[in-house]
Amino acid sequence: MGLSRAMILFVVCAGLSFVLGVLRVPNIAHGSLYMIGAFATFTLTKLITGPVGFWIALIVAPLLVALISLIAERALFCHLYQREHLMLLLFTFAISLILGDLVKIVWGPEYRSVSPPALLKGSISIFGASLPRYNLFLIIIGPLVAIALWLFTNKTKIGKISRAAAVDREMVGVLGINVSWVFAVAFVIGCYLAGVGGALVAPTASIVLGMDHSLIIEAFLIVTIGGLGNMWGALVGSLIFGVTQSLGVLIWPQFTIVFPYVAVVIVLLLRPKGLLKSVW
Amino acid sequence: MYKEIIRSKWFGPSIVIFLILFILPLFIPRFYTYILALIYVTSLLAMSLNLVVGHGGMFQFHHGVFYGVGAYTVALMLKKTTLPMWTGFIAGPIVAAIIGLIIGWFCVRLTRLYFGMLQISLGSLIWVIVFRWYSFTGGDDGIPGIPMPPLLSSLKNSYYFILIILVICLILMYMILKSPFGSTLQAIRDNPQRCEAIGINVRRYQLIAIVIATFFAGVAGVLFVVLERSVFTDLLFWVLSLEIFIMCLFGGWFTFAGPILGAAIIVALRTFVGIFTEYWTLILGIMLILLIFFLPEGVMGYFEKIFKPRTREAAEGGNR
Repeated sequence: MGLSRAMILFVVCAGLSFVLGVLRVPNIAHGSLYMIGAFATFTLTKLITGPVGFWIALIVAPLLVALISLIAERALFCHLYQREHLMLLLFTFAISLILGDLVKIVWGPEYRSVSPPALLKGSISIFGASLPRYNLFLIIIGPLVAIALWLFTNKTKIGKISRAAAVDREMVGVLGINVSWVFAVAFVIGCYLAGVGGALVAPTASIVLGMDHSLIIEAFLIVTIGGLGNMWGALVGSLIFGVTQSLGVLIWPQFTIVFPYVAVVIVLLLRPKGLLKSVW
Repeated sequence: MYKEIIRSKWFGPSIVIFLILFILPLFIPRFYTYILALIYVTSLLAMSLNLVVGHGGMFQFHHGVFYGVGAYTVALMLKKTTLPMWTGFIAGPIVAAIIGLIIGWFCVRLTRLYFGMLQISLGSLIWVIVFRWYSFTGGDDGIPGIPMPPLLSSLKNSYYFILIILVICLILMYMILKSPFGSTLQAIRDNPQRCEAIGINVRRYQLIAIVIATFFAGVAGVLFVVLERSVFTDLLFWVLSLEIFIMCLFGGWFTFAGPILGAAIIVALRTFVGIFTEYWTLILGIMLILLIFFLPEGVMGYFEKIFKPRTREAAEGGNR
């Protein structure tokens, strides 16, 4: 339970962390993109009935989110890179306000839910404990995303350039690489992961307006305790967050949601710059 | 100090504005009186944020928490204890300042974005505790129907109370910013390394600034309770904190009165746009983008830039 939640958080936070590392902007709109991913999954599973619906949605919804982020980046965001961080932060907040209301216009304020695909319905028992199949699927997906992102940043040329841009963007520009374009790619990849997270969360939770606000604060905390811009940090942070939350259910159900926050505060008081090394 | 206030170019206009606002409730309907009072509360909050962000250069990302803590303190004291009413009004800002001291003490060890992130996490901890602790804080239902002293029972009396407190706080803030402490704070904003080199204890100054700002945020929280007679957990949520940021941006970071203007614009727009459409945040988002692109210094900063060549001496003596 805790692990599967941690994996969804990880997929979202890896995207946030990637954007934070390369662009150095905490993207508040990330939560809204995650919400759009979830709502788009809902619509797509309604449109395409049958067993393949969810799988198509899992592929198409994140692409839709990536498209939205690409438009926002090229039309507006790319003109602002010279500005202060605070301005960029407020700009992403403006985007999140707009996207939040657009979701309200398109999908309305009702609760939505998506049922998991037929293949992943029901549960299996491992060591005597029964585990929903969908959660198992999430636990497999999380490490896969981690490996894919690691391969991307370490083995492909674009990934290497984006890592270099995270460390020293002027130097990358001096080498004749179009930094603005690198930023666009990094931004879109980060937002794509937000969409994947949204699509993955759709069958496990009800989809409502406001899910962006509660998610983004958790994602920020996870990214902070992991070390800003560090993908493995995001993984560690998500695990801490998810596991403390499920421990909280066992220990003191009323205060379940308090436990992860306490864990985050303890980590930050001991290591204010996060557990792992930040790329900054 | 007093002479400086009187000699400032804003002194005359401020008195006139204050007098107009003072007699205004006699002529306008109840609803507008309420909106004006709400603007005062919000502008005090925005001013207190600007003290650390605009003048102190710190990323105070979760200022709303201190506002909420002030409001919750007074609400709980009025609702659950039999202490004299006015003690709650004093306790609100003091508790907010103590929380500000604790959170600030951890935060000032970091800079820039790390500072903001740590503050968001510490603030969220307070939010989540208030949100869940049903038996004590009422959880997400909040606390409705807070009893008020008889003196503040009518809206008009609350209006005057809020206005007078606001003016006192504004004078105090002006004096703080014009004092050697305020100048040091602005110097730290512009160049922390150099300030440290000439022997200023940067962290201590920043911590004092945070405590002062959180104290005023607590005052704003108390005034909110006086006006609304209820509290709810949204006061502590990070969305509100960013809205205050937008108000400061709207008015202008580096001006003294900018946040008041920004708060007035936002509250008034939210009220009147809210009548026509439920998609208020969409409009706010679009306005914010336009502002960032075309008017990054804010409305007040823009006017000051226009008028600066003509009144350079006064501007240099007055606000910067």
